[in-house]
Amino acid sequence: MNNILNSRIVLTGVGLTSPIGNDLETYRKSLLEGRSGVRLTDVRHMGELPAGVCDFEATKYQNRKELRIGTRAGSIGVFCAHEALAHAGLEMDALEPSRVGVYVGTTEHGNVETENEIHNLSQYDNDVRFWSHHHNPRTIANNPAGEITVNLGITGPHYAIGAACAAGNAGIIQGVQMLRLGEVDLALAGGVSESIHTFGIFAGFRSQNALAKHDDPAQASRPFDKDRNGIVVSEGGCLYVLERLDDALARGASILAEVAGYCMNSDGTDYVLPNPIRQGECIRDALKKASMKPSEVDLVSSHATSTPQGDVQECDALRKAFGDDEVLVNNTKSFIGHAMGAAGALELAGNLPSFVDGVVHPTINVTSLDPACDLPGLVLNEPKATDGIDVILNNSFGMLGINSVLVLKKFQC
Amino acid sequence: MDNEKIKQIVLDIIAEIAPDEDLSDVKPDQRLRDQLDLDSMDFLDIVMELRKQHGIEVPEDDYMKLESLDSCAEYLLPKFPQQAV
Repeated sequence: MNNILNSRIVLTGVGLTSPIGNDLETYRKSLLEGRSGVRLTDVRHMGELPAGVCDFEATKYQNRKELRIGTRAGSIGVFCAHEALAHAGLEMDALEPSRVGVYVGTTEHGNVETENEIHNLSQYDNDVRFWSHHHNPRTIANNPAGEITVNLGITGPHYAIGAACAAGNAGIIQGVQMLRLGEVDLALAGGVSESIHTFGIFAGFRSQNALAKHDDPAQASRPFDKDRNGIVVSEGGCLYVLERLDDALARGASILAEVAGYCMNSDGTDYVLPNPIRQGECIRDALKKASMKPSEVDLVSSHATSTPQGDVQECDALRKAFGDDEVLVNNTKSFIGHAMGAAGALELAGNLPSFVDGVVHPTINVTSLDPACDLPGLVLNEPKATDGIDVILNNSFGMLGINSVLVLKKFQC
Repeated sequence: MDNEKIKQIVLDIIAEIAPDEDLSDVKPDQRLRDQLDLDSMDFLDIVMELRKQHGIEVPEDDYMKLESLDSCAEYLLPKFPQQAV
């Protein structure tokens, strides 16, 4: 117990849904084949827009009544939680439910449900007698995590972690911390996004001149490309099973990766604009916590969202953090768009198989590289075989200047 | 409008709010909650759908009168507009 604060924490299972696959194997295959999952979807008041849409079997773990009462974010969370436990070789019945914690990162929650209710109310002359009694349980900030506990009978702590688009990493970091505090013995942690179902997100980005547009939706998300013009909003989810290493070894678990270090910090400067100095500090501090030098990182999973300014600033942050050390850099949003609260966790998942196969999936849709984004290690358009990937650094940044960086290493006893 | 039509209206609403339930053998004289997996939130949904679909208001004090299909019919029949007959 004395050493619990220094426990090594490992990932032993992952459950996900993404626009290009609903399990790690399919998702990874799509990334290596260069297959985009962005397509047109109908957005209320706005018509068809490019978006990342998930197509998972929601009734696999919920009945139709649960789906009617709950939220899309909750449903994504329930699916990912079940899949993560199964992937880890665990069954809920065999776990002590009070020792399981659920930590779900979200960029936002409640917009979808509130917009739906306001739309419903407008059909009844704005008579609030027609406002649903389901509104409050649907919109409380802990909803996605809470729905997971209700569905699985988990009685340990749960909450959603509001961390803008840094939330996926933030959920994982919270899981790590709760395991090290001894508050739980197993954490289901990551992030979810239901954001394609709220027109407000799309309209907000459009008003900010930050919503992607392209004749071919599959090419709309193009980080680092000269012709990038904004974000493709996506839904998705990714939850990991996190355990203390000793527990994982004791039950003979397969270990996907070890959490080597992490950092979260704040820009403290602007509502929207990122701050490459703070991002660089976040990267450096995460490496410091991992007791690693920048030169030990093999691959950076970048956050770049395909906005003209943000991508350049992340590249600046990477130059500041890595200096002359060449590190491979890729980007998952070029395939699936910006999965918001799920982004950090999903983008990490697609890279974890690199620990096994040594292959780095590319950034697609780069037909004309922006010179301001010309990092030496960018993996563009085609996968890159390497001698081996041992360390991955996963960036995830969000509005109000919230930065999160995770460092994962290949597990070695 | 008659009792049988009202019972069907209520069953149709239950089919919407509890889509996993088998409604083929609901006994009209027995409590709905004894036969189906319905909770208090579901009854609020029934009340909401009566309001939305039929313009019928069920005050909270009268919720007990919706406990079975027979009691629903007896209670709701006078509330349906006569022109709907």
